[in-house]
Amino acid sequence: MKHLMNIEGLSTVFYTEEGKVAAVDHVSFQVREGETVCIVGESGCGKSVTAMSIMGLVEAPGGKVAGGKIDFAGEDLLGMDPNTLRAIRGNEIAMIFQEPMSSLNPVMKIGEQIMEPLMVHLKLNKKQARLRAIELITQVGIARPDQIADSYPHELSGGMLQRIMIAIAISCNPKLLIADEPTTALDVTIQAQILDMLREFKASGGMSILLITHDLGVVAEMADYVIVMYSGKVVEEGGVVELFNNPKHPYTKGLLKSKPVVGQRLEELYSIPGQVPNPLELEPSCYFHDRCEQCLPVCRSRQPQLKELDGGQKAACWLYEEAEVHV
Amino acid sequence: MSTYLTKRLLYMLVILFAASLLIFCLYASTPGDFITGNIKLTAERKAELREIYGLNKPMLERYGIWMNNAFHGDFGYSLAQQKPVLQLFNDYIWNSFLLAAVSTFLTWVIAVIVGVISAYKQYSWFDTLVMVAIFAAMSLPSFFIGLFLIKILAVDLKWLPPGGMITTGSNATGLAYLKEVVRHMALPVVVMTLLGLGSLTRYFRSNMIDVLKQDYIRTARAKGLKERKVLFTHALRNALLPAITLVGFELPALFGGSLIIEQIFNWPGIGQLYMKSFGLRDYPLLMGFTMFIAILTVIGTLLSDILYRVADPRVRL
Repeated sequence: MKHLMNIEGLSTVFYTEEGKVAAVDHVSFQVREGETVCIVGESGCGKSVTAMSIMGLVEAPGGKVAGGKIDFAGEDLLGMDPNTLRAIRGNEIAMIFQEPMSSLNPVMKIGEQIMEPLMVHLKLNKKQARLRAIELITQVGIARPDQIADSYPHELSGGMLQRIMIAIAISCNPKLLIADEPTTALDVTIQAQILDMLREFKASGGMSILLITHDLGVVAEMADYVIVMYSGKVVEEGGVVELFNNPKHPYTKGLLKSKPVVGQRLEELYSIPGQVPNPLELEPSCYFHDRCEQCLPVCRSRQPQLKELDGGQKAACWLYEEAEVHV
Repeated sequence: MSTYLTKRLLYMLVILFAASLLIFCLYASTPGDFITGNIKLTAERKAELREIYGLNKPMLERYGIWMNNAFHGDFGYSLAQQKPVLQLFNDYIWNSFLLAAVSTFLTWVIAVIVGVISAYKQYSWFDTLVMVAIFAAMSLPSFFIGLFLIKILAVDLKWLPPGGMITTGSNATGLAYLKEVVRHMALPVVVMTLLGLGSLTRYFRSNMIDVLKQDYIRTARAKGLKERKVLFTHALRNALLPAITLVGFELPALFGGSLIIEQIFNWPGIGQLYMKSFGLRDYPLLMGFTMFIAILTVIGTLLSDILYRVADPRVRL
């Protein structure tokens, strides 16, 4: 499959009062056409910042993309002037967010909010845009689309609002849909419906999905390719089957172990001991070393690089480097 | 909606009744009256006058008479000016309204624009400059700015007249009259605008900063909308919503005149009349005016509630 997006060495930093924080630290990965890539990791590992960096929406005062390259369909997103990027945003790359309840403008009718990208990117007039908006509302499985188009966000449930967000996102047939924890705020039955819907649109529209989540259940259900992030770095990546069957990095192993298994009752669910390190106090080391059960002396002083292992998986861990050194 | 309105109107009547009682009793129980201050009168003449004006009757009875007259459209008779209070209001309030309307309009327009830009470019040199200017404007007293501007622009440079509404002895009519009034009102309007601008700009700036952090602004940007559209279609409307409360307060301010500004610029407005009447203990006029402001305040509050209903779909009355 062809590469749709190729990210190389992306770094995004935030300047805070306490100092500079590298929220995304030399992250590289690819998204192929028609593929679903999942970024997994705990809160604060840089998943969402990666997404915002792709969109060019890193909050201006304080945060900025410090380096790297994002090649999207042959164009360099980071070197682009703001107007060209704006024409891509919402058009070729669309995004949906975690909180559907607060992601729509409370004083604007649903219909108008769906019409906006149609009028900006596809240059439809008001009448055409309205018709298309109603079609889109039907497409995301909401009844009485006319009535919904004239209602306000507070009159709809969270699940319906996320469907509306999806309608807005797919309105211009994007090549890439970035979904930042799209189901986290919804209850389980609605979660499944939303994920099914995303899969359906992916299949029919041929778009790629970059799905950001901390829910391994969602990953197993959706992903073709998985990227595991920790403290702003990619620690492991690989195909979903390989990664679930044969995780390499101790962090990935820990994540998989802490996932509850249906039908199995345990007194206590496994959790990785400790917490994500303070991004201000990172030193050259494996950032996971103090939580790692297989920590080696070298892990405390040097940072492992992402390396291709057998089976096409990649991991950044000294366990595998050491093995090579010993051989 | 209509049941809500009926209920609100009933509440308004109760509040106004309580306000009228309070206003009347406070003024009526203040020691001394219009007659006390006149040292040329003999004690017998004073008693006679009190009898004529009905000032010797018990307070509640006087309140009853006052209210009864008010319901018949008679808000009292100014003792000092020897004119009906309503007629005096009509003579003076529109002058005050002219100043207040122009300066309120300018204040809101400038505050919204500066507040929005300042919030959008938070911590930029523009924002810093605005914040310094706001604090300067807020910490200077009105009489100081007023007198300072008179000294510079009117006395030294002679660009603008120092006070009054028309040039003394002028009989200009039509366009010439209009031009004269505009020249005279320039200074007081500038001072009033400066005074109101500080707090209102800060208010809009902080509202806008809050709104710009909201998720729906991120969504609007993610749709690929132009920044101008994000700011003015999505952010501004939400940032303006809380300001509706202020609209309610602006109503009495529009007609209430300004005690200090009108005094400094010798503007023939209701504020000046009010101050003068205080010195003369012209209670019918003072009571009438206070009651008038109370009515406007209550109406303003109702107005702002209705405006909320119109502007914010989440508000149901």
